[in-house]
Amino acid sequence: MALTGLQIYKLLPASSTNPEVKAHANCKECGYPTCLAFAMKLAAKQADLSLCPYVEEESKRQLEESAAPPIRLITVAGSAKKLEVGNELVLHRHEKTFYHPPGLFVRVKDTQPDAAQVAKAVADYTVDYVGMSLSLDGVAVEAAGGDFGATVAAVKAACPFPLILMATDPATAEAGLKAAQGTTPLLWAASAENWQAMAQLAAQYKVPLAVLGPNGDLNALADLAEQVKNAGVEDLVLDPGTRDHASSLAAFTQLRRLALRKNERKVGYPLIAFAGDDITLAAQHIAKYAGFIVLDQFDPAMAYPLIVLRANLFTDPQKPIQVLPGVYEINHPGPSDPLMITTNFSITYFSVANEVESSGLPGWLLVADAEGMSVLTAWAAGKFDAERIAKTVKSTGIEQKINHKRLIIPGHVAVLLGEIEEELPGWEINVGPREAVDLPNYLKTRWG
Amino acid sequence: MPGIEVPKEKWSGKVREVTLGATAAEGGTRARTVTVGGETTLPFLKFEGEIPHPPAIAIEVRDQPPSDWPALLLQAWDGATQDVAEWAKAAEAAGADLVALRFNASEQLSAPYARQVLRRVLSATGLPLVVFGPGQADWDNEVLVAVAEEGKGERLVLGVCEEKNYRTIVAAALAHGHLVDARAPMDVNLSKQLNILIHDMGLPVERIIMDPTTGALGYGIEYGYSVMERLRIAALQGDSMTQLPMLVTPGEEAWRTKEARAAEGVPAAWGDYVKRAINWEVLTASTLIHSGADIVVLRHPESLRRVRAMINALIG
Ligand code: SF4
Repeated sequence: MALTGLQIYKLLPASSTNPEVKAHANCKECGYPTCLAFAMKLAAKQADLSLCPYVEEESKRQLEESAAPPIRLITVAGSAKKLEVGNELVLHRHEKTFYHPPGLFVRVKDTQPDAAQVAKAVADYTVDYVGMSLSLDGVAVEAAGGDFGATVAAVKAACPFPLILMATDPATAEAGLKAAQGTTPLLWAASAENWQAMAQLAAQYKVPLAVLGPNGDLNALADLAEQVKNAGVEDLVLDPGTRDHASSLAAFTQLRRLALRKNERKVGYPLIAFAGDDITLAAQHIAKYAGFIVLDQFDPAMAYPLIVLRANLFTDPQKPIQVLPGVYEINHPGPSDPLMITTNFSITYFSVANEVESSGLPGWLLVADAEGMSVLTAWAAGKFDAERIAKTVKSTGIEQKINHKRLIIPGHVAVLLGEIEEELPGWEINVGPREAVDLPNYLKTRWG
Repeated sequence: MPGIEVPKEKWSGKVREVTLGATAAEGGTRARTVTVGGETTLPFLKFEGEIPHPPAIAIEVRDQPPSDWPALLLQAWDGATQDVAEWAKAAEAAGADLVALRFNASEQLSAPYARQVLRRVLSATGLPLVVFGPGQADWDNEVLVAVAEEGKGERLVLGVCEEKNYRTIVAAALAHGHLVDARAPMDVNLSKQLNILIHDMGLPVERIIMDPTTGALGYGIEYGYSVMERLRIAALQGDSMTQLPMLVTPGEEAWRTKEARAAEGVPAAWGDYVKRAINWEVLTASTLIHSGADIVVLRHPESLRRVRAMINALIG
């Protein structure tokens, strides 16, 4: 956890108990008039510790440790894609933001003849959401008595995403690690029974290691993680062993709080969750603190909502996603084509634009500056009223591009009809459907 | 090695308990009542506080089969949507805790009609009711005032009660022993303000449920999610005008998205339509429950079953 200026000052030469070091106090060599001034700059992250040649080793260690993130950043990588998780700073997204979306992995077994096909399907899966192309993150290969090494090799060849190697027997795990060479998989898992051998493998193959504790016993998990760390593996991921909603929520919440609120280094790592084929459990782990989520099946009808939920909850609340106000042309409109208006909340914009675009019908879409709110919210907050709508029409130059004076407004603001007509004399205002999904049909039947 | 100590929040506040419905002994006709609220910690964190009542699930029924619901949703009720009384019975049989009766904005909607529909629903089910007007303030007033009088003593939840019409709705709730669903547009301060206005009219806080409004998965759910988390944290920190149970309508929000409506002409990556549509409602609801919802209004019986399974798994 970040130290204050005064806490840092206690570690600088001016506060030293060693007279030789203390002799340098306020020597200005760092470029600042006093050690205290330097400490303040360090706390504000505006200076670098290396500027002071006299800091003692122990102080240096403490300062470096305090600068480390409370939840370690862990990187896994496939042949063409990597994933970083951890480094989170808050319990609730409104406190700042959630930074690193959890990786969504699909599990295959080494006894499963179609493991490579599933891996390929995972790799090929992309879905468009508000203009972003989103995907899953990798495949977890589980040793279940088949040929683990061969399965890992086949999965790796079929899928350039990161892998999780699930094997608790060290010899099997090593076969997988060999097959995965050239990539950085997560090795799962070191438990009380096998941790020495697993730690050795993780160190030898330079891969992050998951530490598996007994169901929900966080003390045992923390101690085990500490032992593994002392054996030389720093990149750890924790698995508290919980597999149901209630005990997972408790364990994941407690681990996050321990890392962030208590600065408990022993558990300052990302967490891995196994959601089986339960979509509500997977969704819970997106909101509540997993870094890796392993699903038991690949099903687009399940993957798509989870990917969208993840994108939503990991949106920075300080930066609502907006599009620029103005005129948007859809399907090359001509002067007589329909004119619609909506707000600049990006989800609203994309819902409308996607509908019109996929209908193949040409149209002009005006986007009003509604401070990034949806139609209903903006209307309720007075950010999408007759005045703003009229201003958008007049200020965007749309009148020069079309040869009619008809404007379609969203059905949700039908009550504004009269006021808009007053603000825009000579215009015919049409009330469109409430939902974007009904727009194509509206345009086909009502425009002309 | 010294053990690690699990950090527990020492919240000073508590969400109020609110009871919906009234049995014969209490002046109504409900077979049972439903109490929500009472939490002394964030959702389901039983290691540090009390969760005396699980979140309740309401099923939305309409006076007439709505013309804008996708076929998948109407078919799921197996013909019961043709008759509001049958629909309410089917909702109860499917395991709902509450029936949310909502009136369509249709030509036949009038005060006498609303009274008659309410009567029929009250006699078809023993569950407590939430009653929503057609969603246009003037019309809502007309319908809800009639409903309030007709259902005197039933401890109905009258909704929506918003800034525009709260005076009328609160007066009706006061006069006839009902509760209100206080809806504000996704904003912590607006929610609080509305609760204060309603309370200032003399409605006890134990008869207010707040409705912070939400968006569906993919359509702004993160705003509702964070507003609800902030409201609940404020409540636990002792801010009395946020210490109310929360009701949200994930069913309504989810079923107007394209993901839940469009069976064809969508990307293959969206997957099987039926599964995806139901997942959309389930995840919208489950996510809002994790941010503090005490009542979720759903539409599909399979969503009800799955959200219930999740709640049971969390309550343990
Ligand atoms: S270099 Fe700066 S911080 Fe270091 S002893 Fe001198 S004055 Fe103090």
